[in-house]
Amino acid sequence: MTQASFTGTEQYLASPELTAAVDVAVALQKPLLIKGEPGTGKTVLAEAVAEALGQELLTWHVKSTTKAQDGLYHYDTIQRLNDARFGEGDVKDIAHYIKLGALGRAFSADKRVVLLIDEIDKADMEFPNDLLHELDRMSFHIPETGETVTAKERPVVIITSNNEKELPDAFLRRCVFHYIAFPDEELMGRIVKVHQPDVEDRLLQQAMLRFYKLREIPEIRKRPSTSELIDWIAALRLGGLSAKDIEEAIPFLGLLLKRENDIEALTQPRRRLGRY
Amino acid sequence: MFLGFLYALRERGLNVGVNEWLTLVEALAKGHARSQLGAFYALSRAVIVHREGDFDRFDAAFASYFKGVEGFFALDDELMQWLQNPVLPPLLSDEDRAALEALDLDELKRMFEERLDEQNERHDGGNRWIGTGGTSPFGHGGTHPTGVRVGGGGGGRSAIQVAEDRRFKNLRTDRILDTRQISVALRRLRKLTKRGVASELDIDETVDESARQGGEIELVFNPPRKNRIKLMLLVDVGGSMDPHADLSERLFSAAHRASHFQAFEAFTFHNCPYETLYTDISRGVGEATEDVLKRLDEKWNLVFVGDAWMSPYELTHVGGAIYYGQQNRTTGLQWLQKLKRKCPKSVWLNPEPERIWAAESVTMVRRVFDMFPLTVDGLTEAVDTLRGARAHD
Repeated sequence: MTQASFTGTEQYLASPELTAAVDVAVALQKPLLIKGEPGTGKTVLAEAVAEALGQELLTWHVKSTTKAQDGLYHYDTIQRLNDARFGEGDVKDIAHYIKLGALGRAFSADKRVVLLIDEIDKADMEFPNDLLHELDRMSFHIPETGETVTAKERPVVIITSNNEKELPDAFLRRCVFHYIAFPDEELMGRIVKVHQPDVEDRLLQQAMLRFYKLREIPEIRKRPSTSELIDWIAALRLGGLSAKDIEEAIPFLGLLLKRENDIEALTQPRRRLGRY
Repeated sequence: MFLGFLYALRERGLNVGVNEWLTLVEALAKGHARSQLGAFYALSRAVIVHREGDFDRFDAAFASYFKGVEGFFALDDELMQWLQNPVLPPLLSDEDRAALEALDLDELKRMFEERLDEQNERHDGGNRWIGTGGTSPFGHGGTHPTGVRVGGGGGGRSAIQVAEDRRFKNLRTDRILDTRQISVALRRLRKLTKRGVASELDIDETVDESARQGGEIELVFNPPRKNRIKLMLLVDVGGSMDPHADLSERLFSAAHRASHFQAFEAFTFHNCPYETLYTDISRGVGEATEDVLKRLDEKWNLVFVGDAWMSPYELTHVGGAIYYGQQNRTTGLQWLQKLKRKCPKSVWLNPEPERIWAAESVTMVRRVFDMFPLTVDGLTEAVDTLRGARAHD
């Protein structure tokens, strides 16, 4: 078996762990589950993999109302009824009214494609379980037409999750897993500079120092992420504050911590009630 | 060394099943990362670990197990031995057995032998990733978004060093009961009835009705099925419940997000509910228990969460409340009984282990409510009890 190994693209830099995860997922034809805090480049990875493998990318954006069925196919009954009423279209052929979803299109594609199932944790709890069978077998049945859609070329499936919900164990066991870690200070500096090219170095250093310290406080439940840091630095600059002003205090704390409990955790130690 | 690693992982509390194991074997036999420890680290982590909270355990096991093995290492002989005589850990689950059956070991062995031949012919010393070497259009290199050096061509840090860094320590969570498990348990609490605005198209009825109208389309809509369950969560906070605050909060957020309840309310109390049920106990904001009782009926499910751990007089005495400001005229026990009478469907979840439920106050509370441990099984049992408890209707 000779296949191209994924080592990232010019735009996307992959770690050896990520490279191995992509390679093994492709070779063993298992879905690749990518987790990580928002803004760590999960979705972009799918684009990079598609580019590196020279395959088309199909994306299925999952929403809270998405059902597993939506990814397979949709039977447009109303259209068919309407056509029957007004004598339009080929009503006898039910296949005209079967519209394939992203998964269905990935299966029926002539060439192997990359299928991105984006933000799977947004959907209902049972959603990943409902897809188990289809992802295992890479086929599904359409009772309306009696047709079975089977993948001609098993697609490379990449699934992202923001950790909004825990995913079921049975689902996790079938996936190759990779977690994209939070950027370190060096990379974070580069990211901030993309958004704030002329930020003063001392302010940036000091702001990042406070930022990473804040992320280390265990009582803080919703840790500030990249976008919060960028907003905060923007606010500091608009307010005309310098590196010295944030040595002791954290002005505009609300931009970094969004939860009341987190702000409390920072400003006052936990009170104890009673002896029981 | 090979199978021993599996046991080392298990010893660290990683739930490695046969499924993960076979995936790893399959990947190795197909020529992935067989001879380099760095590549083996990346490969085994990707197929064995399923959540970032377990990365640290994996790193710890890896670092201690492979200590002393640097760079190049040979799994070939061991892998071949294993393929010839696959020894598996005992206690196979049905799922494990299915995974084993699905895997064609002979085919795997054949592929592996091919790889070995290929490797010998090339005389490349076996330090290439077979089947992947040199074929990539993009070449090696680049840096990790986290700044970790890239292995692959050497020059990076050794896998042991990487593992010893324990980079994922702060992601570790020793979970007792996660929100998903809570949600799954709560989900069993439902009673579906068709209610509300007719918004779902009933295709069968539409076709029948259209036929009856002689082909004139007549769309028939039905109201969607809705859950009629009402849930009230009453949570003991502060004092001896402090260590369980996190767990209570998870239960709360799972119940709160479970959008399938017709109504959901939550209150807090300290040790025992008295005249007031709190929405913000630290500021003393709440609602008179009498008023809450008026709103309740037997359709409500009450779920208490608390350790029921207090002085018995807090339950039995007028004025026994732990706060001096809260001079209760009705005893705690009477309040509990009132709530139970109004809502027969009620249970008490206790985060403390069952072995310390013998305390006097716990025993007294258990005379009023069925008590269950706040664990996955306990919660499921509690939900089943709620479902089974017949309201007076």
